[in-house]
Amino acid sequence: MSSTIREADLGTKVTSLPARAAANTATALDHRIARNPGMKLDLGFMESVRSVNRSALERRVASLTKRRSIKADNQAAWLLRAVACMDLTTLNSNDTEERVRRLCAKAINPFRRDIVEGLGISGETIRPAAVCVYHPFVATAVDAVRGTGIHVAAVSTAFPHGLAPLSTRLQEIEASVRDGADEIDVVIPRGLVFGAKWRELYNEIVSMRAACGDAHLKVILGTGDLATLRNVMLASMVAMMAGADFIKTSTGKESVNATLPVGLAMVRAIRAYFEETGFFIGFKPAGGISTAKASLDWLVLMKEELGRPWLEPELFRFGASSLLTDIERQLEHHLTGHYSANHRHAMA
Amino acid sequence: MNILDRYRAMEYGPAPEARNEADAWLAARDFGKALFIDGGWKAASGGKTFETSEPSSGKLLAKVSDAGAADIDAAVSAATKALPKWAASSGYQRAKVLYAIGRAMQRHQRLFAVLESIDNGKPIRESRDIDVPLAIRHFIHHAGWAQALDRDFPGHKGVGVVGQIIPWNFPLLMLAWKVAPALAAGCTVVLKPAEFTPLTAILFAEICERAGVPKGVVNIVQGGPEAGGAIVNHPGIQKIAFTGSSEVGKIIRKATAGSGKKLSLELGGKSAFIVFEDADLDSAVEGLVDGIWFNQGQVCCAGSRLLVQEGIADALIAKVKTRMSRLRVGSPLDKNTDIGPLVDLTQLDRVKGLVAEGAKQGAVCWQPDAALPSSGYYHLPTLATGVSPANILAQEEVFGPVLATMTFRNTEEAIELANNTRYGLAASVWSENVNLALHVAPQLKAGVVWVNGTNMFDAACGFGGYRESGFGREGGREGMFEYLAAKLPLGPVIKPMATSAQPVEQADGSAIDRTAKLFIGGKQVRPDGNYSLAVATAKGKLAGEVGFGNRKDIRDAVAAARACKGWPEATAYNRSQVLYYLAENLSGRAGEFSARLTELTGANAKAAREEVDQSIERLFLYAGLADKFEGRVHQPPARAVTLALHEPVGVVGIVAPDTSPLLGLISLVAPALAMGNTVVAVPSERYPLLATDLYQVIEYSDVPAGAINIVTGRSAELAGVLAKHDDVDGLWVFADAETCAKAEADSIGNLKRVWSGNGRTLDWASDEAAGDAFLRRAIEVKNVWVPYGD
Repeated sequence: MSSTIREADLGTKVTSLPARAAANTATALDHRIARNPGMKLDLGFMESVRSVNRSALERRVASLTKRRSIKADNQAAWLLRAVACMDLTTLNSNDTEERVRRLCAKAINPFRRDIVEGLGISGETIRPAAVCVYHPFVATAVDAVRGTGIHVAAVSTAFPHGLAPLSTRLQEIEASVRDGADEIDVVIPRGLVFGAKWRELYNEIVSMRAACGDAHLKVILGTGDLATLRNVMLASMVAMMAGADFIKTSTGKESVNATLPVGLAMVRAIRAYFEETGFFIGFKPAGGISTAKASLDWLVLMKEELGRPWLEPELFRFGASSLLTDIERQLEHHLTGHYSANHRHAMA
Repeated sequence: MNILDRYRAMEYGPAPEARNEADAWLAARDFGKALFIDGGWKAASGGKTFETSEPSSGKLLAKVSDAGAADIDAAVSAATKALPKWAASSGYQRAKVLYAIGRAMQRHQRLFAVLESIDNGKPIRESRDIDVPLAIRHFIHHAGWAQALDRDFPGHKGVGVVGQIIPWNFPLLMLAWKVAPALAAGCTVVLKPAEFTPLTAILFAEICERAGVPKGVVNIVQGGPEAGGAIVNHPGIQKIAFTGSSEVGKIIRKATAGSGKKLSLELGGKSAFIVFEDADLDSAVEGLVDGIWFNQGQVCCAGSRLLVQEGIADALIAKVKTRMSRLRVGSPLDKNTDIGPLVDLTQLDRVKGLVAEGAKQGAVCWQPDAALPSSGYYHLPTLATGVSPANILAQEEVFGPVLATMTFRNTEEAIELANNTRYGLAASVWSENVNLALHVAPQLKAGVVWVNGTNMFDAACGFGGYRESGFGREGGREGMFEYLAAKLPLGPVIKPMATSAQPVEQADGSAIDRTAKLFIGGKQVRPDGNYSLAVATAKGKLAGEVGFGNRKDIRDAVAAARACKGWPEATAYNRSQVLYYLAENLSGRAGEFSARLTELTGANAKAAREEVDQSIERLFLYAGLADKFEGRVHQPPARAVTLALHEPVGVVGIVAPDTSPLLGLISLVAPALAMGNTVVAVPSERYPLLATDLYQVIEYSDVPAGAINIVTGRSAELAGVLAKHDDVDGLWVFADAETCAKAEADSIGNLKRVWSGNGRTLDWASDEAAGDAFLRRAIEVKNVWVPYGD
């Protein structure tokens, strides 16, 4: 155990990340996170974390969401946090440049003016940390958000299945980086997990990281396909050892999306990796998170299992498309006491 | 603090549960008339009241009627009057009442939860999500038992009027555990809640009024020790069910000795929480949160002793500390509170005292850096490391949020440490290896074992202890038996044996002299005292002499019984074959035993032969049942199986009657052996040669040494030695009333399970003097929870 997770530990081993302006106003906490350099594939370390008891994790998340309740102004603040930690996403086969430009406009200006004023947050920039699109729309998005600090994330490597030749997948990353994406969400071929081909998986992710260059690497595990939480834990470990900046649950295209037990297994993997190496890895649940209430559950999970540092966009993102609207409705309710309706808020 | 500040801080802030409904309920009641007797609300006859206050502030909540002996009389009278009709009502009728109670509680569950948290101090998250839903589940589950009574418990009926005394740590849940099975069984109830926490029981009584519970069937009497004592000693009560401290449990055992009252005790614990190196450590840490920091550690089955394998100890302790620093100590009515106040100042002082003493004895006590609320009886969660098994924190039940930690080297040592306690309530085993977990679970002396989990409860699963954690089970099929009685064929009253030496006429000297010794550890041994007792024939002549066993012989016999591992660990099939073999060998000498019976008892040849034949038949019966009186698999509403294992009680002392001296002895010894117990038998004092003649039969029958030990001598004296021996787990006494009562009273040293005939013998020749009623006393039900899923 190199260290324990305490707020006070922030700042040790931390170097600034150059050339990454924040999408949001920087918080008082200075989050200059040292980028994960990765480590050699350590099968012994993996062995030490392979005990994941599904029933116990399910009980933990069942009580976790009942143990914490966030009310009134705190709830509004936490929902704003959810927005700040959002990758506003459109990943549909019928996406167009215009649709992507609309998404970017919503990201730049997420809230109605009266809500911003009512909440008293006009002095602060609070908006999604990134937009997330398919490769063909990267350039459009980069152009649309230029100067805002909003990141552009591209899903890559034959998303959502990851079954193209490795060379093709790496070229896809390079193309997105060339077009200006500074975050790359890659998928792993799930078959490597079933075959316990950890070395092959590790090598693939190492080369993906190399292809990313300065762009941040988010590794999507496709947890809905991985069958067991033990597989989720082991795949998370391999991804982090290979240099992932973030680990991410799902593509949104699997039959099972991000679930709290899966999230718990992954954040515990992040904790184990931190305890072993001292490096902070980010977490991105994605797929199916569409309600304000659900976003609070995920924030509670992060705070309880990992602590306050993991409530910043550098270390936590929601991959979401419709979540923002539900949060807007809740914020309006917070201000007016009236339950709101979707059509009262601008669509993405 | 504006929203932006909160956005930066990301704290939870307060999330108070509204209490206005509960306050309105409190304001609308006259707690000076809080005794619910015969369907009406009464003041204490002496006009006395006691105060109940709020643990989070010390503020007075109510002055509640304090029942005295006269009020208990009134309650018992009401329960007695209501009994015949209630007991005779159909199972369907009682099921409807239980169902109505459960549904009515469901409709008022938030009020129950808020009241419980106000009165007890437990976090609202727990009362709302655990206590109240489980209480409701208990009533709805037991509605089914009411209707299934004839089908599942043939030959049984309700014991009658039951007195129930419950503790303050789970006021409503313990009430449910007590009342639901009693009503299902057709019993009527006099229940006394704890003085610290009277409120939810009052709300429950109101529910009973509305749910159609007939008058007098449920009587709830608030009060303190005087009321408790009056219940325990009341002659109109047929059963006492108590949950509370081992200290008070022992007082109750002693007080009810000789009364014939059925008794179940659910007492304290010092439960082990064992973490093996292949466990999911993060989940084990959460298990500890649910184990020792649940209800401020005021849980009888709290996992208060953490036993961790050496190789992972540092890692686990680091994780535990990190987790502890995230526990939130605060108002019980805040939804974000993990740890509320202890129930009372006395309790807080006690916990503080034990922690200080533990530290003085070398434990390193660590607490997270957290502020305590300015008022209320709060205690920070505490982790004690470097705790030796001799440390007070490893020995005593703290009943507070204090975890004592020890390490172990291997599985064997883990089991040894886990069992190194007078208690035996529960245990948790953490390992991802199902082979290991299911290897360890049966070896733990605990009534409940949770594999990769902790503090899981359900109405369908039995809960209760081994050793000084009490006896009897609550919940499930095994729990129903505590409120039911099976009819046993009673025999005549046993008169005390005159202890003066009987004048015996010398017999003629034609036969070769035989020395009947004691049978201990598989050998015939001379009695320690080297005295003998003469045994007379029916005609008063000398039939022979037997060893005059004394306390040291009992000591040696118990040691031999304890040392015998071959019998309890043998397969049931193996035990079955040995018992068949005993029957076979006895059969080969049936003539000799018949003649002995005739010689000693004067029975005619036919009757004597019949007793021998019946003894052989009974051995055959239990040989056959050895591998058939099996446990069950319960189905709690979770993805888990709960294995209700039948385990032997352990070392069982048996004091056999003079009536049917061979059949009586075998009727008692055989079921005990069949279930894997080892036995120390004191045979009939008047006719001991029938037992000493058995030595050779036993020796020829492949019985492992120590499985059966026989000590001849004065029954009353030896019964007393067995009763006071703290390594005897069970004691069955068929002797005179005084000996039985004394055995019950003297059993409190280790709270052994005593079954006495209360001065009556049984009609041993009856078919009803055999079977499940005997086997059930020969086992403990251990519930092993195995959650699964991958």
